[in-house]
Amino acid sequence: MNAILKTSPARPGAEAIAAKGWLAAHKWLILRRSSQIGILLLFLIGPWFGLWIVKGNLNFSYTLNFLPLTDPYVILQSLLARQMPEKLALIGVLIVTLFYLLVGGRSYCSWVCPVNLLTDAAYWLRVRLGLKGSAHISRPTRYWMLGMTLVMAFVTGSIAWEMVNPVSMMHRGLFFGLGLAWAVLLAVFLFDLFVMRHGWCGHLCPVGAFYSLIGKLSLVRVTLPARAACNDCMDCFAVCPEPQVIRPALKAIGGTSPLILEANCTNCGRCIDVCSKDVFAFGTRFNHTVVTVTVAGAPQAAPK
Amino acid sequence: MDNETKPSAAARRQFLADTARMACGVGLLGLGVGLYARHARALPPAAIRPPGALPETDFSAACIRCGLCVRDCPFNILHLAKPEEPISTGTPYFVARQLPCEMCEDIPCVKACPTGALDHSLKDINKSKMGLAVLVDHETCLNFLGLRCDICYRVCPVIDKAITLDPQTNARTGKHTLFIPVVHSDHCTGCGKCEKACPTEVASIKVLPLYMAKGQLSAHYRLGWVEKEKAGGSLVAPDVEHQYNMPEGMKYESGKGLSGSPDAVSPAPTSPAPAALPKAFQGGKL
Repeated sequence: MNAILKTSPARPGAEAIAAKGWLAAHKWLILRRSSQIGILLLFLIGPWFGLWIVKGNLNFSYTLNFLPLTDPYVILQSLLARQMPEKLALIGVLIVTLFYLLVGGRSYCSWVCPVNLLTDAAYWLRVRLGLKGSAHISRPTRYWMLGMTLVMAFVTGSIAWEMVNPVSMMHRGLFFGLGLAWAVLLAVFLFDLFVMRHGWCGHLCPVGAFYSLIGKLSLVRVTLPARAACNDCMDCFAVCPEPQVIRPALKAIGGTSPLILEANCTNCGRCIDVCSKDVFAFGTRFNHTVVTVTVAGAPQAAPK
Repeated sequence: MDNETKPSAAARRQFLADTARMACGVGLLGLGVGLYARHARALPPAAIRPPGALPETDFSAACIRCGLCVRDCPFNILHLAKPEEPISTGTPYFVARQLPCEMCEDIPCVKACPTGALDHSLKDINKSKMGLAVLVDHETCLNFLGLRCDICYRVCPVIDKAITLDPQTNARTGKHTLFIPVVHSDHCTGCGKCEKACPTEVASIKVLPLYMAKGQLSAHYRLGWVEKEKAGGSLVAPDVEHQYNMPEGMKYESGKGLSGSPDAVSPAPTSPAPAALPKAFQGGKL
């Protein structure tokens, strides 16, 4: 490990910036932040300027009084609490579920969810401050959390989790008034900063856990067409919020095809950015092609 | 990898310990969430749900806290509850004393609700039951004090049905009339306009949740006058002539006084003939 730290540059991605230029080494990060902030702005221009393109929040939104989008997770809780929603909400569930089946379940986390901005900021600061050490909670804990919220919906006969859910609290709070929700969000930020690396989004959040289940079958995946070109710089592991998803595909463990099929890959695309060897690319789950590396280092596509 | 396919006793023990730790931690959190959710079900009386809201227990299961009702309310009276408020986080409510429901005829808030937490079968706003106005303080109500305030009566959108003015004698002056505002629950929608308009420092008439505002007669109660109207005539047999128990030989008649001689001492006064049972009692059902 020490050898790697000594040979690799101080900041992950520095090699990629040198090889591809700053913009290309930040392409997906910029697109992702634009998506996150853009979605927030779409919701905000309503209350700010009275221009109602989108109404509502991430639990349910209505775009141009035409497109209903519903969070399937909150509807599942409502159903468990023994309430059948109206048709409009169900159509929204269908659209959202199909969308994430297409683009990857946890794309919700990295491209849409506002809490990701907060926890990414916490992680950035954690690295900047050189904070080492992290509490140990296993990553599957999020599925226990998911189960707990569903059981609570059934037992209490109400959408109990929505009373404390930081994700909807933040999104709703930004457009309808935060109140003391800022304290909850600060708690999440400080937890990620001081207590646990990628603590909330990577280990605990039941919303992410729910979307990862959709992601088990989703189409768009990070592929590794040039995995043979990997020079073990470890930059992708350093930037990945769910680094455990990379290893099987990158190291071809158990003859895995060069595809990240793990449900918890958030399709953030940061690994594509920081790889100076262009090992990674977005593709589909049916994309099994590998690339042979020529002597000159230029990757060429070849059927597997 | 080999460890996973053939776990050693130590690894198994570790796995069980980790699982137990996780389950306990998450379970504790769940308990907290559950108890919190239970507590939040008791909606404070001043918080009124929008028109068509399901009963509170169903509402907390059906409302997904999207705020579409808030957005589509043309008068901006609705709020989504913030976490620190004693109302289920993110659910809509209004406070009548601040801004009452304007009772739009097309009920946009109900139409906007994607889940039916606001019941879409409510088509006539006059049939909504957001709560019930109650003249809570007879000591401060200006009409009770003998003034002709009448404001609650006049601002009521269901005027002369939901609130009427009931004339009563002003016992204090002995010569004036009190016009007592009386709320009729079958017409009051609970919009809260009366509470908003009440001129006393603290409103003397308030909209309360139905469960607090409404009493209920026991199921076996029958109102005689109602039954009489239903039957088209008295259900009670006419009184037999009343007989007074007097010493033997004596008689008392109303208006005439005592008659007869008191000499004969009789230990056994005649008991009055048993009155015929009223019709209503004859069926054996009360």
